[in-house]
Amino acid sequence: MATQQSRALGRIAVAPSVIALFLWMIVPLAMTIWFSFLRYNLLDPNYACSLLTPGQLFDEANRCFAGTSNYYYFLTDPAFFKAMTNSLLIVGSVLLISIVGGTLFALLLDQAIVGRNIVRLMVIAPFFVMPTVAALVWQNMLMDPIIGFISWITKSLGMGAIDWFTHYPKTAVVIIVAWQWFPFATLILLTALQSFDEEQKEAAQMDGTPPLSFFWYMILPHLARPITVVVLIETIFLLNVFAEIYVTGTGGRAGNLPYLVYQYGLLSNDIGGASAGGIVAVVLANIVAFFLMRMIGKNLEG
Amino acid sequence: MARAVSSRRKWTFTLIAWFLAFLIFFPILWTILTSFKTEGDAAAIPPRFLFFDWTFENYGVVQERSNYFKFAMNSVILALGSTFFALLIAIPSAWSMAFAPGKRTKDLLMWMLSTKMMPPVGALIPLYLIFRDFGLLDTRGGLIAVLMMLNLPIIIWMLYTYFKEIPSEILEAARMDGASVWKELVYVLTPMAIPGIASTILLNVILAWNEAFWTLALTTKDAAPLPQFIASYSSPEGLFWAKLSAASTMAIAPILVLGWFAQKQLVRGLTFGAVK
Amino acid sequence: MGNINLRNVRKAFGDAVIIPGADLDIKNGEFVVFVGPSGCGKSTLLRLIAGLEDLTSGAIEIDGKNVSSAAPSERGLAMVFQSYALYPHMSVRNNIAFGLKMANVPKSEIDEKVAKAAATLNLTDYLDRKPRQLSGGQRQRVAIGRAIVREPEAFLFDEPLSNLDAALRVNMRVFIMQLHQDLGTTMIYVTHDQVEAMTMADRIVVLNRGNIEQVGSPLELYNKPQSLFVAGFIGSPKMNFVAGKVAAGHKAHTIGVRPEHIDIVAGKASGGEPSSSPSILEPMRFFMSMPASAAISSCAPTASMTASQATKSR
Repeated sequence: MATQQSRALGRIAVAPSVIALFLWMIVPLAMTIWFSFLRYNLLDPNYACSLLTPGQLFDEANRCFAGTSNYYYFLTDPAFFKAMTNSLLIVGSVLLISIVGGTLFALLLDQAIVGRNIVRLMVIAPFFVMPTVAALVWQNMLMDPIIGFISWITKSLGMGAIDWFTHYPKTAVVIIVAWQWFPFATLILLTALQSFDEEQKEAAQMDGTPPLSFFWYMILPHLARPITVVVLIETIFLLNVFAEIYVTGTGGRAGNLPYLVYQYGLLSNDIGGASAGGIVAVVLANIVAFFLMRMIGKNLEG
Repeated sequence: MARAVSSRRKWTFTLIAWFLAFLIFFPILWTILTSFKTEGDAAAIPPRFLFFDWTFENYGVVQERSNYFKFAMNSVILALGSTFFALLIAIPSAWSMAFAPGKRTKDLLMWMLSTKMMPPVGALIPLYLIFRDFGLLDTRGGLIAVLMMLNLPIIIWMLYTYFKEIPSEILEAARMDGASVWKELVYVLTPMAIPGIASTILLNVILAWNEAFWTLALTTKDAAPLPQFIASYSSPEGLFWAKLSAASTMAIAPILVLGWFAQKQLVRGLTFGAVK
Repeated sequence: MGNINLRNVRKAFGDAVIIPGADLDIKNGEFVVFVGPSGCGKSTLLRLIAGLEDLTSGAIEIDGKNVSSAAPSERGLAMVFQSYALYPHMSVRNNIAFGLKMANVPKSEIDEKVAKAAATLNLTDYLDRKPRQLSGGQRQRVAIGRAIVREPEAFLFDEPLSNLDAALRVNMRVFIMQLHQDLGTTMIYVTHDQVEAMTMADRIVVLNRGNIEQVGSPLELYNKPQSLFVAGFIGSPKMNFVAGKVAAGHKAHTIGVRPEHIDIVAGKASGGEPSSSPSILEPMRFFMSMPASAAISSCAPTASMTASQATKSR
């Protein structure tokens, strides 16, 4: 369909969103890039640099311009490497838990079980819990070494209490985040499983297909698309995990890139350094996005 | 018809499923139970499950100490406000991409999604400074704008997939009937897409309600929503578990209920229509 | 008045040419059927007339006025879609009234017109139902009702009967023809079903790959097809084609023989000379039981094509 007229109107209709999103993306990004080359600290007398016009900036170039030193310091900061590893660790392990665990659990729930709807409600619940609450509840009520529920269990089993946040802060963060995102994967994969063609199942039964082959050749291809989507959505959110680290105070050891940039900027007031860090995070995210979008683009077309 | 499943197999699976589901749900259940305990019972070892002195006292204390309703009101205003303004520009956009697509429409949609891949930290510093210089820090208006932009791509995508399911012949029929594009949107498309728009609103409210990066970074007091309210309980001084549980329960209960109602549409919405 | 003229109408999507260039004059009150195999451009041509697609070049005139760039609503046409395209959230009454509301017709007049249309279409009892509560045939009638209340210059039908079962299709065919008789309004009707075309049309437009192959009355097309394509497309079972020496004997590139013009005679084949008088036969079955020695013969060929015509239709 679509005539010239409606297409012209369509362009007008889509314009506000496109312009808004474009500005939303480009203005902060441009400013971040600009800041990342400045010696700009909120506690520093050079503070004024940020308010200069481009012309003034040119005159004051020597005073304000930091060259690539912000990047140099950020990239050589041992905290950067640690933060990047933590970012990847969180994304990687939570994705693994979600996909593998989610698939298995969805397969289980797809069986003829009693009260599936209630089970479903219980399983999806953590996804609706706001990250700050999840973090606090786990930290204080479950993982506390003295009166936490988990330590009560481990002590009852004679294993002694585990001080999660002192000894295993990364594991603790991964557990909390996975608890929120594993249900999401389960719900989506279960929905996908339930749309599996009943006749195909019966045909496979008639052919005497063993369960494992059936899973491998029939179920898994059917789940390819939903799994792709889960990977996309979860990666978007997992790369930006922040509240769980901020609230539990594990930033020092389990802090990821977003947390490090926050630390540079709002805790140390080093705007230049934080901006350089932000740009590094953007570049890394874009590398991930590039591959993801290609994968998704193909999968969503069909 | 599926083959009758042997009852032993069925009950085994049921038992395992219920056990695992209970495990997953337990932290929430435990929080809710603890919110009705006295502080003494809350910290008791071994833990007390159901046999303790039930009390509502914690809720009152929490409201008194940190003014829950103020934060909750902010959460409601931010979630609904950002959703409303996002819909206002998203509906025409989604209409345009679903029914008057051009050569670049697919690319445009992918580009919109890719803006979600942009890490917020890349924009945190400038946005913080802009907010500071324009006096937007800790204001509802400022945060509504941020949340709106944050979820706009998802809203457009969701609406787009719902609109795509409406046969274009119906809109053409309206056009033959002499409806202008505006009337076509108001009288035909929007009423037909109401279920889709409703689930879009629902999902967006949930996402906005739970958003914790920007709300923590850009608010302190006046416009602070519930994530900030909860974060204020993270400081160790004066932390009492029963109160923390009551606060947590109040923060998550509204959205949990909403989420349970919306879970079916949610799958569809969050997977851009790829899973139904 | 509903005179519709197409002047060298051309439609292309990028490099894909759908309609290379069509000229057609439709007179007021005519029932014209566009017929052709799927993908021949018949629906596109109808949508071009409706204004739902842009012309690439050429012009469309309605009553002498060039409407090539007018919006669909400005052309005074009404369309019945293949899927009916009823508004699912509106009652039957509102579906029918929608076009009038858009034209700001006073409410009393709308009510009157809707009531009248409903009576004509046997829909009076269903006015307050939603489309999903109706059967296929009833939905179809609502779609027609929506078209007739607007009293258009011409009706456009896009394969309107293809979603109905066979029995209902015959009824609706008769109903639409009756409607045409009563209203006397121009109707353009698109179908891939040649039986519909042959029984309903005043004039048939046969389309093939976007080209108008032939325009004429049903019998004209049947008896005097101007191209191999039309000869092969119209008529069921299909016309038989013989090329080569036999055809050359008739000074033609190909000769076509309708199955009903084939007679079976005993004896040996006699080199292809016509040898018997025509007789109408029950078609088709004979092909199955024809003895080996039977000779196919015919009176004069039903149609003979010169080499140039045959090439044109390729």
